[in-house]
Amino acid sequence: MKLDCKHVWEHISEYIDNTVDARLREEIELHLEHCEICSAILDATRNILVLTADDRTFELPVGYSKRLHERLAKELENSEPDFKKQ
Amino acid sequence: MAETNETGLIARILAGEKELFHDLIRPYERMVYLTLFGIVKNETEAEDGAQEAVISAYRHLASFRGHAKFSTWLTAIAINEGRKRLRKAKGAAEDSIEKEEDGHEVDYTPAPLTDWREIPLEALERKELREALRVAVAELPDIYRQVFVLRDLEELNIEETAQALAINPGAVKVRLHRARMMLQKRLVPFLKTTAPARRGFFGRAL
Repeated sequence: MKLDCKHVWEHISEYIDNTVDARLREEIELHLEHCEICSAILDATRNILVLTADDRTFELPVGYSKRLHERLAKELENSEPDFKKQ
Repeated sequence: MAETNETGLIARILAGEKELFHDLIRPYERMVYLTLFGIVKNETEAEDGAQEAVISAYRHLASFRGHAKFSTWLTAIAINEGRKRLRKAKGAAEDSIEKEEDGHEVDYTPAPLTDWREIPLEALERKELREALRVAVAELPDIYRQVFVLRDLEELNIEETAQALAINPGAVKVRLHRARMMLQKRLVPFLKTTAPARRGFFGRAL
């Protein structure tokens, strides 16, 4: 079976996650060898994922960790958790 | 953190060494914040919610039985906290999270673009691109953004994502695919206007 572009697009996400079966994978790869548009879409999507996973893209607020542990310290100090009562 | 260490830590906390909860939670601080942010889309709300979620996890630690991974359990708590805040913000009468369905009203086909594959690493280093991605993620419909954040930002696997959101793995795959395609589509025009035309690595004219 020869895949068309639309068919490849439908499976791009699964292809990236490596959850397509071996045969479909082979067909997609065969298509990618000859189709610049699909290759570009694949690269674009991959780049977005790289950028997403980069810690600098989604940063934590400055002082977040410090405030979190201060709040937690107060909680630990002041309350008896349920498990102590059980 | 290795799971065996974690199990040991939890046992010690439950036995009374409650200060160790700081250590237990430390590797997941970022994850908890991002989960909240993925739902409420507001830094202050996300931080408040993250604190609440962590404290809730502490208070309910005894109910963690180790059936799920600790990270998945904690993520589920963070999601609940986020949804609670979202409901409050949107009004108790309406819960858009539950009402949104995997409809077909949006076009999920990717945007063809040949420039992208030539985008050099330094382009990915650009601050504007990060900003564009942040905005695009924030603007995804709730059900897609939540799956995307858990899978591609926090790097949970499909099964863990499904478990945390209480949806089936098939729905995770569909929503993830749509989220990724929507982002791809959103970022393409941005790149077209900011990336100068250039020749490709293999000398192709673009």
